[in-house]
Amino acid sequence: MSIYTKTIAQLSQGLKDKEFSSVEITQHYLDRIKQSDLNAFITVTDELAMSQARAADEKIAAGTSNILTGIPYAHKDIFCTQGVKTSAGSKMLDNFISPYDATVSHQLNQADTVMLGKVNMDEFAMGSSNENSFYGAVKNPWNTDKIPGGSSGGSAAAVAGGLSCFATGTDTGGSIRQPASLCGITGLKPTYGRVSRYGMIAYASSLDQAGPMTKTAEDAAIVLNAMAGFDEKDSTSAEQAVPDYTANLNDSIQGLTIGLPKEFFSEGLDDEVATQVMNAVKEFEAMGATVKEISLPNSAYAIPTYYIVAPCECSSNLSRLDGVRYGYRCDEPKDLEDLYLRSRSEGFGAEVKRRIMIGAYALSAGYYDAYYLKAQKTRHLISDDFKKAFAEVDVIMGPVSPTTAFDLGSVKDPVSMYLADIYTLSANLAGLPGMSIPAGFSNKLPVGLQLIGNYWSESKLLNIAHQFQQQTDWHQQTPQED
Amino acid sequence: MEWETVIGLEIHAQLSTKSKIFSSASTQFGQAPNSQACAVDLGLPGVLPVLNVEAVNKAIKFGLAVNAHINQRNIFDRKNYFYPDLPKGYQISQMDLPIVGEGEIEITVDETTKVVGVTRAHLEEDAGKSVHDMFNEYTAVDLNRAGTPLLEIVSEPDMRSAKEAVAYAKKIHALVQYIGICDGNMQEGSFRCDANVSIRPMGQEKLGTRAELKNINSFKFLERAINLEVERQQDILEEGGEVVQETRLYDAVKHQTRSMRSKEEANDYRYFPDPDLLPVEISDELLASIKENLPELPVEKKARFIAQLGLNEYDADVLTSQKSLADYFEVMLESNEKNAKLCANWVMGELSASLNKHQLEIEESPVAAAALAQLVARIGDDTISGKIAKDVFKAMWEGEGSADEIIESKGLKQMTDTGAIEAIVDEIIANNAPQVEQFKSGNEKILGFFVGQAMKATGGKANPKLLNELLRSKLN
Repeated sequence: MSIYTKTIAQLSQGLKDKEFSSVEITQHYLDRIKQSDLNAFITVTDELAMSQARAADEKIAAGTSNILTGIPYAHKDIFCTQGVKTSAGSKMLDNFISPYDATVSHQLNQADTVMLGKVNMDEFAMGSSNENSFYGAVKNPWNTDKIPGGSSGGSAAAVAGGLSCFATGTDTGGSIRQPASLCGITGLKPTYGRVSRYGMIAYASSLDQAGPMTKTAEDAAIVLNAMAGFDEKDSTSAEQAVPDYTANLNDSIQGLTIGLPKEFFSEGLDDEVATQVMNAVKEFEAMGATVKEISLPNSAYAIPTYYIVAPCECSSNLSRLDGVRYGYRCDEPKDLEDLYLRSRSEGFGAEVKRRIMIGAYALSAGYYDAYYLKAQKTRHLISDDFKKAFAEVDVIMGPVSPTTAFDLGSVKDPVSMYLADIYTLSANLAGLPGMSIPAGFSNKLPVGLQLIGNYWSESKLLNIAHQFQQQTDWHQQTPQED
Repeated sequence: MEWETVIGLEIHAQLSTKSKIFSSASTQFGQAPNSQACAVDLGLPGVLPVLNVEAVNKAIKFGLAVNAHINQRNIFDRKNYFYPDLPKGYQISQMDLPIVGEGEIEITVDETTKVVGVTRAHLEEDAGKSVHDMFNEYTAVDLNRAGTPLLEIVSEPDMRSAKEAVAYAKKIHALVQYIGICDGNMQEGSFRCDANVSIRPMGQEKLGTRAELKNINSFKFLERAINLEVERQQDILEEGGEVVQETRLYDAVKHQTRSMRSKEEANDYRYFPDPDLLPVEISDELLASIKENLPELPVEKKARFIAQLGLNEYDADVLTSQKSLADYFEVMLESNEKNAKLCANWVMGELSASLNKHQLEIEESPVAAAALAQLVARIGDDTISGKIAKDVFKAMWEGEGSADEIIESKGLKQMTDTGAIEAIVDEIIANNAPQVEQFKSGNEKILGFFVGQAMKATGGKANPKLLNELLRSKLN
């Protein structure tokens, strides 16, 4: 069994048993990254990684290590990392070396992890295919003609392609779950407020949430233990105690009630994906769960609601990228207006500009009530649907994405691209935790199963996912290497 | 045609918190450019605002002081516009749900008292400063001020003259210092006024089109700028023109206003609730505790001065018009409770005149409150006369020592020895027979002649009361 196929739990054991050192596994990953043509990394931080690995080995030798000590990971390039370029996949920040660490970066440093580098993503996390990156598209390790999903496409490809043991991701409308699904890994978007957003470059502040992207549910629990918690620097982070997310992984799921929203199995869902998802649900039934059809009647409005809320927030969040203090500035601006106009026109990609314009329009005087306020009301209705559902069921299951990974360059119409997130957006709008776990294959491409839980039910979701992974081996499949 | 002026003021009071409203950077004035701007103030990617509770407490204090409704749930919004000294491309402010709702404050102009409505007061962050004259071809940006907490106090359009506007502004200025939420320093920009000015034909209810006057940093300029604007609008309307809604900058040097932007050019600020900040929830307990700890307000102090000290309305009003003035007066009272009226006269008379003459603030007075209190006490206990006291005060102002030292060293103590005064009186009566006759024939006014002579003979030191008594008894 090669190092790159090992989970955090396995690597940690191996490090403890002196089977290998952190320096060795780090070098192993760095070598694989060098040979890879997935374009998963924007920046590889070899030197930093090796020095972190050496420090980790010392801790292991001294017996002061924790389970993440010396474990190499790939950090989404949306988290600020002190002294390391933090681009958010944009030309706008191609020259931005962050002078400070995001809280998540800090937490992972505190946990003695080894950062291999910063991974590719859709520009400012806007996209579902990772094709909206200034640094080029990322390829799906299962089929390099396919997209890896987005926006955390680099993270998913790095984990699935054996370029890192785990990765960080962020999920505003599905950006952890959808690429996790399309690359056949485990991804968890926690409850809004569970993980600090400080230092995570904001796309849509009321929806953004960071989470782990891993090989297994157990690994996700280990990483979430390090990432979760109240942060006084983020007013929207919750002052809610952090349980040990690994503690309940082995609980029985006998008697679990699974809700299947009929709206998630309607028109537009690929037959083969539907079959794989239903097979997974049957597996749960075999494990003692019961299944109930439920309805989330307002989920039909998730896409229009999301595409008002997110652009409104991003139109304001991205205003600071003005070419004045940092980031891209156009050559020889004539005057202030020219500086703004050209820096932003040249620095942002098409999708980012599209969303900024939608947002600015929707917030304009005379349109605010019709768009922003209406969307907020709809958002409440969507949340209420879930509230009702969770009165009846323990967990909601369904597909993550209507299809498996599609061909690079094949979806050109932005609105068709938006449909890729049709099943994931609702959880963000409601602030609920959601997961994607590997549940089968269709045409040799991974199919993910989505789990949506009630607020703060990460432990439960991880327990359900872990139990599934004890019965199945979809999560152990790896892409064929040349 | 007779015109009526309508004025509303927007006052920005900088709240005197140690750190900024959404970051932990210091708010200290006058530091090296950009030395007090942290990652949050610089608007770096990924940073988030965290509300400084002290700013909230200070805003609540203000609301309570103007009898306003406090919105116990209030919300921060983003006001979006681009400018180099606005690092995030939006200002965090409050739009629909400000912390302070409707309140009111009383002003007195020419002995007429009226109530001015406070529409609202909201919390917001200040922008940085653009410096246009430091580098050739470049504008420099100093973000030290970015994120400084401001309370924007918006009045109703209740004022009808520049004088009323100034009276209102001064009232608010005094109030924020009384309750300790703002240092009131107008030169450093801690207290800034924008005036919305319009005129309408007398008797008309509908408001005229207004102009907003900005960049006014003293009460004097506020009065001038408003009067100037009223004249400008009158000229336009009387020539059949139309006033356009616009923002105008006041230039104190040229004494003129110039258009900054018209309504058409105004930004659409695209306000929306800031998703990075939770709604502010103010508990009943917090409200009650702030209310309980509120210092004595100017109106309360004024009422106390009248009721307890027996001061008249005017004196009490003047003495409470500024916190520093009231503080000075109250220090004097500590040792002079009986001489309250005398203390008031000295503060408002000799002291104020000298301060004005030397263009000093009361905090800078060379004669401290305790020192002046001693002088007043000497008048009160008949050690010196009021007239002599003025000379002593001048010497104190020049730094020649305390009242007692000066009285002693210059031998200014009043003559209270009846025998000595009597001798002098006898001599004067003996030497001025014609005047004695006049007095006896009923010319009471001639008494002043004798007093003058006696004062001359004693170097002004004779106790006036004693002297008068002796003169009367001897002359009769």
